[in-house]
Amino acid sequence: MSCDCGKTCAPDADAANACDAEDKAKCGCGPAPKDRPLTGENFTATRNACKLCAPLGACLAFRGIEGCLPFLHGSQGCATYIRRYMISHFREPMDIASSNFGEESVVFGGRKNLSDGLTHVIESYRPEVIGIATTCLAETIGDDVGMYVKEFISADKKKVDLPHILHASTPSYSGSHADGYQWAVRAIVDQLAVDGPNEKFIGVFPGMISPADLRYLREIMDDFGMSHTIAPDYSDPLDGPVWGDYHKIPAGGTPVREIAKLGRASAVIELASTISDKQSAASLLDEKFSTAVFRVGLPIGIRQSDKFHKVLEQITGKPTPAKHAAERGRLVDAYVDGHKYTFGKEVIIFGEEDFVVGMTAFCAEIGLKPVLCASGGSSGKLRECILEAAPEVDPETPILESVDFAEIEVATFNLKPDLLLGNSKGFTLSRKAGVPLIRVGFPIHDRISGPRSLHLGYRGAQRLFDTICDKLMELQQDGNDIGYTYI
Amino acid sequence: MAEEKINLLEKRKAQVHEGGEFAMEAEKQSLAGSVSQRSCSFCGSRVVLYPIADAIHVVHGPIGCASYTWDIRGALSSGPELHRLSFSTDMQEKDVIYGGENKLYNAICELIDEYKPSAAFIYSTCIIGVIGDDVNAICKKVQKKKGIPVIPVDSEGFKGSKKEGYKAACDALFKLAGTDDHPVKVPKSINILGDFNLAGEIWIIKDYYERMGVNVVCSVSGDGRIDDIRKAGRAHLNIVQCSGSVSNLAKMLETEYGTPMSRASYFGIEDMSKALYDVADFFDDDDMRAGAQRVIQEEVAKLVPQLAPYRKDLQGKKAAVYTGGAFKVFSLVRSLRTLGMDVVIAGSQTGSVEDYKLLSELCDPGTVILDDTNPLELAKYVKEKDVDLFIGGVKERPIAYKIGVGFCDHNHERKEALAGFIGMLNFAKEVHSSVMSPVWQFAPRRAGGQG
Ligand code: SF4
Ligand code: SF4
Repeated sequence: MSCDCGKTCAPDADAANACDAEDKAKCGCGPAPKDRPLTGENFTATRNACKLCAPLGACLAFRGIEGCLPFLHGSQGCATYIRRYMISHFREPMDIASSNFGEESVVFGGRKNLSDGLTHVIESYRPEVIGIATTCLAETIGDDVGMYVKEFISADKKKVDLPHILHASTPSYSGSHADGYQWAVRAIVDQLAVDGPNEKFIGVFPGMISPADLRYLREIMDDFGMSHTIAPDYSDPLDGPVWGDYHKIPAGGTPVREIAKLGRASAVIELASTISDKQSAASLLDEKFSTAVFRVGLPIGIRQSDKFHKVLEQITGKPTPAKHAAERGRLVDAYVDGHKYTFGKEVIIFGEEDFVVGMTAFCAEIGLKPVLCASGGSSGKLRECILEAAPEVDPETPILESVDFAEIEVATFNLKPDLLLGNSKGFTLSRKAGVPLIRVGFPIHDRISGPRSLHLGYRGAQRLFDTICDKLMELQQDGNDIGYTYI
Repeated sequence: MAEEKINLLEKRKAQVHEGGEFAMEAEKQSLAGSVSQRSCSFCGSRVVLYPIADAIHVVHGPIGCASYTWDIRGALSSGPELHRLSFSTDMQEKDVIYGGENKLYNAICELIDEYKPSAAFIYSTCIIGVIGDDVNAICKKVQKKKGIPVIPVDSEGFKGSKKEGYKAACDALFKLAGTDDHPVKVPKSINILGDFNLAGEIWIIKDYYERMGVNVVCSVSGDGRIDDIRKAGRAHLNIVQCSGSVSNLAKMLETEYGTPMSRASYFGIEDMSKALYDVADFFDDDDMRAGAQRVIQEEVAKLVPQLAPYRKDLQGKKAAVYTGGAFKVFSLVRSLRTLGMDVVIAGSQTGSVEDYKLLSELCDPGTVILDDTNPLELAKYVKEKDVDLFIGGVKERPIAYKIGVGFCDHNHERKEALAGFIGMLNFAKEVHSSVMSPVWQFAPRRAGGQG
């Protein structure tokens, strides 16, 4: 059992050649030397992960394309788990097909499973688009999905009937669900967008945000009077009405023809901060079509939203519409009314990296004090992006990537913050540590409001501010014996 | 949108029975490309072993398989709660290339030092076999070093459906059951197998058995403990509940210790009563029989008047039932009858041809029977049969809700006890609150609209 460092991790078998902590950290088979006592001992294992796997993010992205059925190439369990996980948040149907690997597929490759699977899915769903993402197994055995798809298309006699078949490579051992989302969006754009004369419209890559956020983005763009394409947009497929008839594929999503046009957009806005150029769909458009790219972090809070509005003003040459300026005005008024309740209160913020950047910027501007910003992601950019977006944050503040919930739990006991801000998976530690959790982001498995939670823009900041302030006031009220009726 | 005609996939036809002569097929591998409700063998193993509360459960593989199974079930423990933690080796690209054995070794050793479990279960997920990690060897090495059982679970997902995972879990359990240092039979004793103690159901059942004078040696795996499982050979009888997820273990115990097994279901008045009488009959013990009678009389006398108002409202309403294992469907059909309801659609993910034949006999003629179905089929029949209630797992909920049909979760995520006599009352309440809610009047299907 020796590994690439040349030593062995089983000291009883081979004492002379035993590796030490440093060796282990170097070759990745042990934890990095303890550099964060705040979160307790370091462990090799991930305990209560603060991340999900890449195909989940890809399925979410594919769900935001009109008429698209997500399809996982690999074994069936992954698709079933991911469906279940997403359904528990969105409470909407989330069909994900799978090529259902068996032992033969692992030995001989998944070519046949893929073509059989595509045939059956086309027959039963009649989708306009199929979005294939790969599970770890397909990636590990080295299936070349791009080639299989080409073969499948050329083998088909009556080509006219075939749906668009898109594919993204999403090995979970190379990234989390947040990465999987970006990989898929980039793959979608790569495979659909075509060149042509510029047209007057804006493309928006919104990031992993809620259906409510997507709707609100649409509203803002509409109010600016600029035509636009938000890609992907799963607001309708993942927060839709009750139906009279069952629809195989829920209505809504960004149409393929609009994504195809992205190569001709006058500008694209990408709401992201920590992603690399290699992951970015906007950078791809820039490379391929020299599209003008504006990248702003998720517009959470006034400052981040101002940046977003400024970009829109710059592109459209119009001022922010009065309705939104008024919303901003009321928001500032609410900040003023509530500032005493938030000032100096300590918070721990966790979730996907881009989300943590936005939330931290917001918390910092309302006087909350982030004492830990944590993510299961590992872009290497979290600290840099937070300090840039939130100048109030003390540079000494622990800002940690690759953390899990067991570590956040230890930190919560050590730091004793007033609030936790993050997804519902923080509930376990919130309960143990007796620190209230404000549920934001994804997933929210224990409340009904997840898909309708607004985070972005002035309106999202208003909701977040009200929620946080109300909670802090409630704590203050419940925490004293007098029972004040005015606070 | 115009009405979409939903045709059955040609190859699926044999797995659907719409009345008439019975000629179904089952136990097939899911078709590539169908959106099956089934999952993988890892999932099956995880379901069975998950409730063992004083063991750590370590998932060897990339992160997702562990993330999606973190604390997903309400399998209660009366003591330690290690099972509610999720541990993964979180394989990275490097590990996939060079192998994950060292990482696994270090991970297990550290976790054992930190959490001091009575045993460790190590689950292999899909890529582990492919990259060639020798998980068995690592487990042996750690076991020797740490002095507790470190049990590999051969659960690579692609190797089969949930059922194969059940088998792998039973193999793992049997390794423990064979390590009793004092294998002497306990008088008038049983094991309760295949109950996961969801919402504390094992405690309810145990209480009935004890009140009728039966000793319970161990429960597998609900509220499970490593030491209790070791003692499994000491019981005279193994009661295997419902889904059959641990029937393999029962078979192994029968071969090894000569312990016979008997199947039971704890859902509904009839099946619950039968479960108690069966044990008394097995021991052929009059005191026990009298005890069972007393328990049943007491409980039913309390229950029946409480059920009456629900029954009145629910009379004649129509239900669809779709579960993981086939055995549970039978109980649900009977329970729904107790409430005056008719089952018009019934099916499961993993039933056998035999199961479906019996089911078609139990149900009214014309009842649609489904094996390993998918959302499209479910929706088609739910609509055709105009059902008032759908009972299934969490994945079926949005299908039911989208077409405006009431839904009850009878799967692993339920938070109310549905087993036992008290469970029947909870079941009635839940069914009632689903079927009778005024919100359905707004669903297009009832409001006469289209959506
Ligand atoms: S094998 Fe990979 S894709 Fe499948 S659930 Fe696990 S992490 Fe996700
Ligand atoms: S199919 Fe394989 S990889 Fe997917 S969840 Fe199951 S064990 Fe994990």
